[in-house]
Amino acid sequence: MNGFAKYLVQRLFQFFLVIFLGVSLAFLITNLSPVDPVEQSVALMTNFGATDPRAVELMREALAELYGLQGTVLDQYLSFWGRVIRGDFGPSLSAFPTPVMSLIMSALPWTIGLLTLALAISWSLGNLLGALAGYYRSNLLLRLSGAAVMALHPVPAYIIGLVLLLLLGFIWPVLPISGGAQMNLQPGFTIDYIYSLILHGTLPALTLVLVGIGSWFISMRSLVSNIVTDDHVVYAELGGVSSGKIFSQYVARNALLPQLTGLALSLGNVFGGAVITEFLFNYPGVGRLLIQGIYRGDYSLVLGVTTMSIIAVAVAVFIIDLLYPLIDPRVRLS
Amino acid sequence: MLDALATPSETRTRPILEVKGLKAYYQMNYFGVQREVRAVDDVTMTISRGEIYGIAGESSSGKSSLIKTIAGAIRPPLRVVEGSVKFDFGGKTLDVYADPARMKAARWQHLSYIMQGSMNVLNPVRKVKHAFHDFAYKHMSLGEGDFRQRLVSHLERIGLDPRVLESYPHQLSGGMRQRLTIALATVCEPEFIIADEPTTALDVLVQQDVLALIKDVQRRMGSSIIFVTHDMTVHAAIADRIGIVYAGRLVEEGPTLDVFQQPQHPYTAHLIASLPRIGDLRKRKALPGKPPNLSEPPSGCRFHPRCPLAIDICKTENPPLETRGTGRVACWRAGEVEAA
Amino acid sequence: MFKVLIDLLRYNREFAIGFVLTAGIFLFALAHFWAPLPDTAIYLLPPDMPPSTEYWFGTTSRGQDVLWQMSSAIWNTMLFGLTVTIISRILAVAVGMVSGYLGGRWDQAMMTINDTMIALPNIPILLLVYFVMRDSMSWPILALTAALLGWNYDARLIRSVTLSLRNREFTRHAVFAGMSVPQILVRQHLPYVMPVIFFTAMNNLIWAIGLEVTLSVLGFSDINRPTIGGMIYWANQHQAIIAGIWWWIAFPIGAIVLLFLGLFLLAISVNEYIDPRSRLSRMGA
Repeated sequence: MNGFAKYLVQRLFQFFLVIFLGVSLAFLITNLSPVDPVEQSVALMTNFGATDPRAVELMREALAELYGLQGTVLDQYLSFWGRVIRGDFGPSLSAFPTPVMSLIMSALPWTIGLLTLALAISWSLGNLLGALAGYYRSNLLLRLSGAAVMALHPVPAYIIGLVLLLLLGFIWPVLPISGGAQMNLQPGFTIDYIYSLILHGTLPALTLVLVGIGSWFISMRSLVSNIVTDDHVVYAELGGVSSGKIFSQYVARNALLPQLTGLALSLGNVFGGAVITEFLFNYPGVGRLLIQGIYRGDYSLVLGVTTMSIIAVAVAVFIIDLLYPLIDPRVRLS
Repeated sequence: MLDALATPSETRTRPILEVKGLKAYYQMNYFGVQREVRAVDDVTMTISRGEIYGIAGESSSGKSSLIKTIAGAIRPPLRVVEGSVKFDFGGKTLDVYADPARMKAARWQHLSYIMQGSMNVLNPVRKVKHAFHDFAYKHMSLGEGDFRQRLVSHLERIGLDPRVLESYPHQLSGGMRQRLTIALATVCEPEFIIADEPTTALDVLVQQDVLALIKDVQRRMGSSIIFVTHDMTVHAAIADRIGIVYAGRLVEEGPTLDVFQQPQHPYTAHLIASLPRIGDLRKRKALPGKPPNLSEPPSGCRFHPRCPLAIDICKTENPPLETRGTGRVACWRAGEVEAA
Repeated sequence: MFKVLIDLLRYNREFAIGFVLTAGIFLFALAHFWAPLPDTAIYLLPPDMPPSTEYWFGTTSRGQDVLWQMSSAIWNTMLFGLTVTIISRILAVAVGMVSGYLGGRWDQAMMTINDTMIALPNIPILLLVYFVMRDSMSWPILALTAALLGWNYDARLIRSVTLSLRNREFTRHAVFAGMSVPQILVRQHLPYVMPVIFFTAMNNLIWAIGLEVTLSVLGFSDINRPTIGGMIYWANQHQAIIAGIWWWIAFPIGAIVLLFLGLFLLAISVNEYIDPRSRLSRMGA
């Protein structure tokens, strides 16, 4: 087996392992909890006024079946896998009878769009600044901008988002602070709608960019300051190769490879930031769905979103893993 | 100005490299602790056109720092403290540390470098051809097509399949990569080549091959070469003259044959005596002690704590490098050394 | 250790600033033991008072003194962070050192599982845990869950250090001298791994505090126990921004940002002290 095939098999194995462990973990957490989801949901519904004991009993049975809580633990585990594979998490309790899956599917494009855009900006900007700062160490402007993004780096997404919301939503109200687009507009490829999308997406995206950029900056700068002492860079300097070319083709290009792996490794974390940001800006993605589900005690929605986000992150990681050999000849041609 | 007045005959006889009183120290200051390591200490030497000059010495003797300083390849914390390195390219003097812009422009056109650890000098994520393009294209005033032709014929002369241009470094063997570096260093036919341990990482057979190649290329182009290795057999094989470095100082210098047959410095004598000879089964004598710590070198002659011939003056006064016979030597008892 | 601290304070500006910030905030948090009122008491003071000489940082709509609330809140938040950091360090060190020392197939298997856990999104899993635990959720359980999710990155880092120690001469000497594996790991390798542990601990502390803030801002923790996130949660519940009670939000945010900045400066300067490469590039600048 050549190196490339071996790499592929390895990544594929890892991909399935992540999904297997993640889905099992989700099952385990719900199964080990002292709280019975059926009782919890029944209590929630009786709060709304349905008190007929017979109706409650019927509902109890229906819910137990719905949640796959009948039979032994192994039966329940297998039936959970069955539901994951079919993509059927039952109806949402808080938006009865809409299936959880269709709620997730309508929220997913928002999250994917927001995350992709924010990641693309923070990754490329952070890496560019970090690489420049690592190569041109004495440049004052780079040092100052580096200090700024690094100071933002440890602050959690919620705090950065809240400060942006206060600054650009209240003190100087230039941007909408809630929702994914203007309510009264018909979704479609119209200029008005797209403009509204951009406007509404700015604050959430800016939050995620500011949260993410620092870590790319820091890791890229340290990668670059290590690479500049590598033999091939020193040699190119002795060869009189222009410093612009050395920076782009001998330093930054090589440092980007581990950064792509870093992107795959950080997706789980980035997704977490998106959950919080979406909630803060009432952005209609899966993160807001998840938190609303928690507030409303919607068991099937919370379990569905958690499971699906584990799978979605695993898929995204796998896609990046597949792209990696395209830019690293050492994996492609060994 | 003087350069312009030099007559052609003077240009031919003038040395291509002149090093004067060169001192390069590692100067470190970290958390309030200052340290100074005198890696190159007061070295003066010249190299003539077409000459192959070998620099020998133990590891951490400063020989690698010396050659890096000559090549202008040093980075902080290693800094030039005193002295100068001047090349003479086509009748024009180039002071390495006075004119960085001209130095940069001269690289690869007049002066090329073969680095220690040549296995990793090529960018692992780019094809080999890009290295040639980046290093050499601007010096050759050829069109893309002609440049490519030139590369192919150059590689063939060096014994490399031109298809290596389309490969990535990791696809080539160690010996091939070493040949490629030599091809890269010679493609512009520079007047001066600096080589830092060019064969150390190779196995013995490939080593012979590469040495023959270097010598062959040098003879064809008439370049001068200065190279460093701790391996005395390599010096014996290709150097016209050798210089022995001990603790940052040049302690002896002379034509290779003379130095090997009649070393004048006790340290040189030891280096040569420790070489294996066919049929000689005597046990080699090990030199007691270790090379000195260059941040606190011994007083006087730096070799005196290990020297079998040391006398009182060696402990207090540093012997000057003086002409003796065909070479130069820095030892108070230079005349009394015999090859063991 | 003490000498290193003095050196860092004298010669590393980042460290000095970070140290002063963190120590100052720590002392401020310590002050809550002398608070005039219990930190869970509400409606004992006049609500919505702006900052004044009597109430330096004003009072909340729930009739609490913002200054004393913050003091308790920072204490509780730091306690949570430290708990997470200590538990997750134990896990990271154990897995990292054992994996690195054993090497080979064991190492491969452990790192595959490790990488799998890195790829799992923490926040949804934590939220799921909170959701199913609901009222039986307490901060130690949350800390334990966070610790279980927060060690894999660092285990990888520690493993790579141990892996390089494995082939060193002194390890072989120790094996020949008949030392057991735990003895070798603790006596021979731990001192080398210590700086990495310290550096990752700082980063983990920052992460854990951020997590606490995030979860309690959403109300997903014991909301009656004052924490920085909890203060913002209550301020949001009372719509403090719209009501113009800015001090209820601004001071906690300011405090937490200063704390993050302090810890982060400590982390990077310690990293620089440990890593000789960045030390060299600093001299070359």
